Amino acid sequence: MPTEILMPALSPTMEEGKLSKWVKQVGDKVSSGDVIAEIETDKATMEVEAVDEGTIGKILVEEGTEGVKVNTPIAVLLAEGEDESAIGSAKAEPAPAPAAAPEPASAPAPAAAEAPAAKVPAQPKSEPAEVPEVPAGTDFVPTTVREALRDAMAEEMRRDGDVFVMGEEVAEYQGAYKITQGLLQEFGDRRVIDTPITEHGFAGLGVGAAFAGLRPIVEFMTFNFAMQAIDHIINSAAKTLYMSGGQLGCPIVFRGPNGAAARVGAQHSHDYAAWYSQVPGLKVVMPYSAADAKGLLKAAIRDPNPVVFLENEILYGQTFDVPRLDDFVLPIGKARIHRKGKDVTIVSFGIGMTYAIKAANELAGMGIDAEIIDLRTIRPMDVPAIITSVKKTGRCVTVEEGFPQSGVGAEIVAQIMQHAFDYLDAPVLRITGKDVPMPYAANLEKLALPNVAEVIEAVKAVTYRT
Amino acid sequence: MAERATAPKRGRSRASASDPTAAVKNSAPDLADFSKDEEFEAYRMMLLIRRFEEKAGQLYGMGMIGGFCHLYIGQEAVVVGMQMCLREGEDQVITGYRDHGHMLACGMDPKGVMAELTGRRGGYSKGKGGSMHMFSREKQFFGGHGIVGAQVPLGTGLAFANRYRGNDNVSVAYFGDGAANQGQVYESFNMAELWKLPVIYVIENNKYAMGTSVNRASAQTDFSKRGLSFAIPGEQVDGMDVRAVKAASERAVTWCREGKGPYILEMQTYRYRGHSMSDPAKYRSKDEVQKMRTDHDPIEQVRLRLIESGWATEDDLKAIDKDVRAIVAEASDFATVDPEPDASELWTDILK
Repeated sequence: MPTEILMPALSPTMEEGKLSKWVKQVGDKVSSGDVIAEIETDKATMEVEAVDEGTIGKILVEEGTEGVKVNTPIAVLLAEGEDESAIGSAKAEPAPAPAAAPEPASAPAPAAAEAPAAKVPAQPKSEPAEVPEVPAGTDFVPTTVREALRDAMAEEMRRDGDVFVMGEEVAEYQGAYKITQGLLQEFGDRRVIDTPITEHGFAGLGVGAAFAGLRPIVEFMTFNFAMQAIDHIINSAAKTLYMSGGQLGCPIVFRGPNGAAARVGAQHSHDYAAWYSQVPGLKVVMPYSAADAKGLLKAAIRDPNPVVFLENEILYGQTFDVPRLDDFVLPIGKARIHRKGKDVTIVSFGIGMTYAIKAANELAGMGIDAEIIDLRTIRPMDVPAIITSVKKTGRCVTVEEGFPQSGVGAEIVAQIMQHAFDYLDAPVLRITGKDVPMPYAANLEKLALPNVAEVIEAVKAVTYRT
Repeated sequence: MAERATAPKRGRSRASASDPTAAVKNSAPDLADFSKDEEFEAYRMMLLIRRFEEKAGQLYGMGMIGGFCHLYIGQEAVVVGMQMCLREGEDQVITGYRDHGHMLACGMDPKGVMAELTGRRGGYSKGKGGSMHMFSREKQFFGGHGIVGAQVPLGTGLAFANRYRGNDNVSVAYFGDGAANQGQVYESFNMAELWKLPVIYVIENNKYAMGTSVNRASAQTDFSKRGLSFAIPGEQVDGMDVRAVKAASERAVTWCREGKGPYILEMQTYRYRGHSMSDPAKYRSKDEVQKMRTDHDPIEQVRLRLIESGWATEDDLKAIDKDVRAIVAEASDFATVDPEPDASELWTDILK
């Protein structure tokens, strides 16, 4: 049967073009790959190559014709042994399918699959798991965040031989911030791996190892340096499960100190919580206390998804009570009410909690009873915990060290507007790092960071106290 | 070290910046001696890739395939020759966005590949990945990556996993002459050699990084030398001759399986089509393309050998062509009638 040659689309946006020239004429034999015509679009002149073998039987669109719609038959190709008389029966090969796919048999309504009318299905909700109670009578051990992180890694490495840690100075040096202290001695250099100072390369290597089923913990000396690796964190780690239709997971933890330390200048002080929290396919954890650091890092290592685990250099040395339990694992995605209160909700996370807690203590002396929510996980965010609290207090202040625009606080505000607007007695206020690169000078750095007084001021403003 | 430097046999051909067609002279002593079966296997697989890609180009022209579509036509001998030395389903393969040929060579189902191109639910990624993003755990094909050069550290990580587990599997990371200038490639070379990772870096030098010819983008156009400062052995290979590719693949695979570390193969090849479907390829002459097609076509070379050796008649080859066309037609039919993914798939596979 003769084959119709159709006007091809040569770019994702092309709808029509000019058939500028016929290179082959009626009667010419063509084989696949031969240039048969040239067409012009607004962008370029392109050659049309034959796909099938045969003889040009008829030209349907003369050269020089403008505005030829894509998929219009432009010529008829005769197969071996056919002559012109067969042209009437020409069939486009393969038959051009309608732009919208045939209806899936299971579609509830016929309109559902039509592209323009298709409704976005509701996003499925997943309730965060319940926090496991620390059993009554459990001992608590004063532990630094640094030790808690180390213990979490060591416990998970004992539990699962596929877990390994890699990064700059994690082995022989015992960790640039001593988070991996003792791991080399216990697990050897097969599983505790010093890398060259090449974040882009070793982050990508870690993702590849995770694709192959290992469970890498990739330590960045600071998340500032992970900027060189961010392509692999986002494009390779976060998106592959989706792009593979669920085939290829990436069980990896990217961890290290994030945000400002002290007097290290703009390039070493960036808080990336908001950046990573924007990316579907990632989980983003940012603990404050040592107990949360331990329980959440263990959860992150076991998680089948890529987890960005944001620590803080200033918190490393702080001591908290950590339950003495063989296997203390906390659920990712669940906020913790750090302090119960009725007058105002302060939402914070990571080092932001230090301002929130001090402010709440001072506010108590002024007769303002603040509830503090420690988000602990930025993504998935425990929005219900925030909403429940705001419905109770009617007022909210967010506290973070990151920049204001499109920050985590901005997201919290939007969620409250959407889910608790009618309960608000005052506009929600954000306390953030100032909208400037981090200065070096001690006085300026102090000004650039949030402080307790700012939190107190904001709380007084939303509670209409003077 | 001295032994290392002399161990790999170097191909005879030499890249010429000014005349890409001069780059693929036969390297006669390095040719694999193909059995009849191997000649047929190579012919059939290369033909399948070519016909598949021609069909993909046609479906793109009909608007059935969206976005970007990078065809592998002309480069078929590279993946087919490499794959002949690999253990399917054990050795890992990873590549960039010009990936259809790699998937077919790995043994992936043409129907699933084509249906992914058309964005249908029967595609390898349920229609959610597209031309540049397909994977098969079963065949150990790890994509399909759209960011130039990203597959190089990823493939190095696959090799790391092999070493970690103590098996002798090999990871093959394909990338182009354009990607070869990326920094992450050298970060990977360094770690691969430092840790003796079993990874073969196959640089598919098709002479053009999109529209920029090799000599306009690369200070060192002999890509086999790109690992020299890390002491990674490299060879230039006639990537248009599947026997040369297989011979080089054999050496590289053996090197890696023996735990000697990474290996670089520069495949001197050529793509007949533009960078993507919407590239009119005005940066090179028609004569250049035509010369490659007439003098160096990888499929034609095997076809002639099959005929001249008496192993096949024209009719035998026509029969293979018919079979291959039927497979491609079946894939194309499936890819045009298979439904699009269900709307609920929008929200699946984001997290495990």
